[in-house]
Amino acid sequence: MFALFVAVGIIGGIIGGLGMGGGTLLIPLLTMLLGVNQYEAQAVNLISFIPMSIVALIIHRKNNLVKTDKIAYIIIPALISSAVLGNIASTVDTSVLKRAFGIFLVLLGILLLIKSLFADNTDED
Amino acid sequence: MPLFSYCNINIIFLQINQYVFSAFSQTIRMSYPLSKTSPLVKPLLIVGGLVTGALTGFFGGGGGMLVVPVLTGVLSLNEKEAHATAIAVILPISLVSAMVYMFHGGFNVNFGFYTMFGVIFGGILGAALLKKIKNKILAFIFYTLMITVGIRLAV
Repeated sequence: MFALFVAVGIIGGIIGGLGMGGGTLLIPLLTMLLGVNQYEAQAVNLISFIPMSIVALIIHRKNNLVKTDKIAYIIIPALISSAVLGNIASTVDTSVLKRAFGIFLVLLGILLLIKSLFADNTDED
Repeated sequence: MPLFSYCNINIIFLQINQYVFSAFSQTIRMSYPLSKTSPLVKPLLIVGGLVTGALTGFFGGGGGMLVVPVLTGVLSLNEKEAHATAIAVILPISLVSAMVYMFHGGFNVNFGFYTMFGVIFGGILGAALLKKIKNKILAFIFYTLMITVGIRLAV
């Protein structure tokens, strides 16, 4: 049984590694194929991101691609809003959270679709 | 800024989604780089941060999709720098969000670790594959899939 979760994780990871919307497809894979609770799927997505991003970051830093000037202005407000919203999400009914996530995926998908139609093939990681 | 009505959960997620949509559409319109000394830089970064954090916290991901256009549009980074810096931005946000989720008992150890290791392995594979296949058709298929899945979840 655990193999299914590893497999879904691999699929989600590949999609994320290709840059197609990060971990956002992992969550519906978990909820739709394996019946995982929406909040728990989101939690696992967040936690899974951490070790991968550390590795990716070390590599990017070596290539001098990380520009940290002024990013504190993004990070600090984000830390506050994510903590607040993370708490709100835990109180929201799971079916409502699922539906909200679905709407989010639709909007995100449309935007990414439009963006990809204008893109050139120079993206990386 | 509209006030959140804590009395009705449906209104909350509708308002969040309205925010998401307008924030996204505005960043898509930012196809020109902002002057580096513009007084709009810091406020835009702060607003971008608030929305990114809100998305990551509420949906357990997806904030990264907003950060990249913010970095290219407001801080004038190029695509590679923006994607790399975005990871540096999302990492602490994910850490804090993950702690909040774990505090609420969100991390299920029955499958969490298995999925996590799968994701790490898949992520390395995906990043390696990226150099070989970066195809508009593939992207189109995936995003269409994303929309389909979203509709499925939303109704």
